[in-house]
Amino acid sequence: MEDIEHIEKEMKLIKADGRRLDGRKADELRPVRIEAGVLRRADGSAYIEWGGNKVLAAVYGPREAHPRHLQDPARALVQCRYNMAPFSVSDRKRPGPDRRSVEISKVISEAFSAVVFKEQFPRTSVDIFIEVLQADAGTRCAGLTAASVALADAGVPMRDLVASCASGKIDGVVCVDLNKEEDNFGDADCPMAIVPRTGEIVLLQMDGHLTYDEFQKAMEMSIGATHRLYELQRDALRRRYSTTLEDILKESPPVPPPPMPESELPPPPEDDFGPEGI
Amino acid sequence: MQSSGALRPIVIPGEAVGGPGLKPGPGTYSEGGRVFAAQLGIRNEQDGLVSVIPLSGRYIPQRGDAVIGEVTDLGASHWLVDINSPYPAPLHATESPWRVEFGDTARYLKVGDVIMAHVLSVDEIKRVQLTMQEHEARRLNGGMVMEISPTKVPRVIGKQGSMISVIKDLTHCQIYVGQNGRIWLDGNDRDTAIAARAIRLIEERAQASGLTEAVRELIEGAQRETRGPRPS
Repeated sequence: MEDIEHIEKEMKLIKADGRRLDGRKADELRPVRIEAGVLRRADGSAYIEWGGNKVLAAVYGPREAHPRHLQDPARALVQCRYNMAPFSVSDRKRPGPDRRSVEISKVISEAFSAVVFKEQFPRTSVDIFIEVLQADAGTRCAGLTAASVALADAGVPMRDLVASCASGKIDGVVCVDLNKEEDNFGDADCPMAIVPRTGEIVLLQMDGHLTYDEFQKAMEMSIGATHRLYELQRDALRRRYSTTLEDILKESPPVPPPPMPESELPPPPEDDFGPEGI
Repeated sequence: MQSSGALRPIVIPGEAVGGPGLKPGPGTYSEGGRVFAAQLGIRNEQDGLVSVIPLSGRYIPQRGDAVIGEVTDLGASHWLVDINSPYPAPLHATESPWRVEFGDTARYLKVGDVIMAHVLSVDEIKRVQLTMQEHEARRLNGGMVMEISPTKVPRVIGKQGSMISVIKDLTHCQIYVGQNGRIWLDGNDRDTAIAARAIRLIEERAQASGLTEAVRELIEGAQRETRGPRPS
């Protein structure tokens, strides 16, 4: 990912007190904040801040699939584009799809294919866009977690949300949710995504080596972490819709209407009392 | 505050919404005898049928729906209509209210024309056909079209059309609401603008109780405000 030629090859990742460099315990996640419905133009959207990661996800659809020959008469396509902004990493990332982002797009779309009710929307496509604004290891998990919230926000029918978290091995210790240093200098990284309700695994990758026992441990840790993330995802969705709901119930009946409901758009013609109107 | 069903809980995909004995309705699915939400929405139970009323989502055509569409293409014996859904909707010449000669479709509807039509049929692979044989179907001349989220259409219409008739009565606008989230309004400029604002209010606050009153306030307030120097 980064040019690490000029950086020292070895790095102590676990401190004497057993904590990690950023002070976390082995099974501790970085702070995560999720917000749903952040984009006006998309059908559904979400923004996630996960440690140093900042990722935006947008969902469109179901919409007519293009090009036409890709349409499946029996089910919807689930398409995903994972993209890293040039400024998301310390050295400028060359813009555009590369081997890595094509692969991540593929595995993420396959993960969502497993939960979306595709049969309900034949010949359409559900398009997921994941934009990494700032990267600090674990962006595919952050992107997937955000995209899942965005899908729910778009009203796409699905079996469950998908939550995702990586775990890995640093200095011989199995830890959850590696950060950039731990990812670069650690021994293994193993991102996975699960469907929390059933425990199905919809994404599982590994970089580096883990023994069978270590792998079991890593999986257990990831599953524990995804359950915590699942709660955060659900909170984000509830917040998005209950603010509208609760606020309204409080200030209910004769509210003096907001002078201009749509703020961030250029003044729409229908709010203009001028004669040019239509 | 007339609170009917104070806080209706929001359900999230994957959340259990019913045990055995309940039938899965729209927006839900069953697995292992239990019912789960498939969509983000509000849980609704009626006669042993659980459903989730979605809070967002695209318009999926259903037979009988009244829709407002825009003509996007002409064929020798049909028009292609955009009805704000993932599926293209053809309107065949025989389903139009006119006697159309083969190849003469352009005389009746041109690209860009807006029509009020009904969904004649939707098959299992979602091939849609429109009809203009119903009595309210027509070409919509003048006026303006606005788009709202299709999931908010029932609120704009209200129970037995209560909401929409309030707006129509107060603004003296002619309004058609399509199930596909498109609304056509016609009246003088000032009233159309007020009606459009009222509809935006409903869309934004679809879950509020006492919404009809809030809408009435908004319209009456806006009319008082703008009464003085009348434009046009």
